[in-house]
Amino acid sequence: MESLSNKKKVLEVKPLNLMERAYLPAIIGGLATTMKHFFKKPVTISYPEEKREFSENFRGMHSLKRDENGKERCTACGLCALSCPAEAITMTAAERQKGEEHLYREEKYAAVYEINMLRCIFCGLCEEACPKEAIYLDGDIVPADYLRKDFIYGKDKLVEAPLNQ
Amino acid sequence: MGTDLIFRIVLIVIIFLISLVVAMYSTYAERKIAAFFQDRIGPNRAGPWGILQPLADGGKMFLKEEIIPTNATPFLFIVGPCLAILTACIGSAVIPWGQKMVVGGHTIDLQVTDINVGVLYIFGVVSLGVYGVMIGGWASNNKYSLLGAIRAASQNISYEISMGLSIIALLMLTGTLSLKEIAEQQHGANWNVIRQPLGFILFIVCAFAETNRTPFDLPECETELVGGYHTEYSSMKLGFYLFAEYINMFISSAVMATLYWGGYNYPGMDWVTAHVGPAIGPLIGTVVLFAKIFLFIFFFMWVRWTIPRFRYDQLMDLGWKILIPLAIGNIVLTGVVSTALKHFGF
Repeated sequence: MESLSNKKKVLEVKPLNLMERAYLPAIIGGLATTMKHFFKKPVTISYPEEKREFSENFRGMHSLKRDENGKERCTACGLCALSCPAEAITMTAAERQKGEEHLYREEKYAAVYEINMLRCIFCGLCEEACPKEAIYLDGDIVPADYLRKDFIYGKDKLVEAPLNQ
Repeated sequence: MGTDLIFRIVLIVIIFLISLVVAMYSTYAERKIAAFFQDRIGPNRAGPWGILQPLADGGKMFLKEEIIPTNATPFLFIVGPCLAILTACIGSAVIPWGQKMVVGGHTIDLQVTDINVGVLYIFGVVSLGVYGVMIGGWASNNKYSLLGAIRAASQNISYEISMGLSIIALLMLTGTLSLKEIAEQQHGANWNVIRQPLGFILFIVCAFAETNRTPFDLPECETELVGGYHTEYSSMKLGFYLFAEYINMFISSAVMATLYWGGYNYPGMDWVTAHVGPAIGPLIGTVVLFAKIFLFIFFFMWVRWTIPRFRYDQLMDLGWKILIPLAIGNIVLTGVVSTALKHFGF
């Protein structure tokens, strides 16, 4: 039957000619190819010493941002937790007390903010959902660990270092 | 006589050590070269550039658990690898490593023993080598090991025939079986490969088959036979088998270099020896011989990382239907041409 795509190609199997049957020319061709690779630069990256450069939109470990005065931006609205398809984020909100204005930007803040790095799929939906520009996946690769409980990252690991005056 | 014996013993020890060190570093070179052919770096953690890797591998081999399977024949199971490495080591006895060296009035022969049937001796040792594989594979009492051993035996026997026939053409030209005389005949750049190119190609193909190297590594073909004849082996007994392969590679490279590529001879050797004296001159020849040997070892590895393994029927086809007729044709051609040249007075 005629093929509809018109891409059908009939291959004819020719018997090998003498050059091909001698096998040695083909071996020499193969040896030349491998020798070309012998002098190529290795593509290996020796990981702990060298690191591969990340692309600009790489999504790594989360960080909770501070504003230009060093106050935490997060207001514990919970939109990130709601948007998270892996349900990796959880938090407890608290009210800002008098005298804490230099710590938190809004009247409400996250007393506890936890991300389970084993659940997280690094999709970046939390960063898109956040109305306060408080969370970004701009960190490094999440390091390995021995226990499951150590993969639940709290505010101690997530919040950006305070500004130094 | 006394000093001569001491020189001999020292030479034996040196050659033994050199072949072990070369085999050790061949394992490192193989991994490094494989890495370069595949655009990788290779072992680089043990010492600078990984040069202590063979020691680490050796330590690992020694410390691993020694397993003798319940259904194996214990005596033969141990004899197998010992025989393999023994036959690999004794091949170096007849290879001339250099010219006669004159140091302080003493003449030192850089060859352990010059027997007048050196080529036959090499062949004998090579044929014995298969017993180590056979005995080990049989004693393991494992079907994969047995299949590997049978493959090794039939492959080695098939390729020994064409190897022997390819060398007969060479012997027709040299008129001697002594490796020392063959090396001396190739003085300067008068190498046998110029007169026997086809013989050399046949010989090197057979050498690949005899040392069980890719593309003829069917006895240990992992994809079909788990580990081939050494499936059941562990610890240093496995190490012996792997080591024997690399020593075999070293010895067959030395034999090829001596028979076809001039051994310790190089162009302009008389001029060099006249200028540096009879003590240093032969040593330069030895260095040249080792350079040739290392080139051949590199070639073995280069081929290994280029060509895939033959199918078993293709292997037998190549051995019996192609190499043997070619070798016989080479003998006839050599005979006709050399007689014609003699007849017309060249």
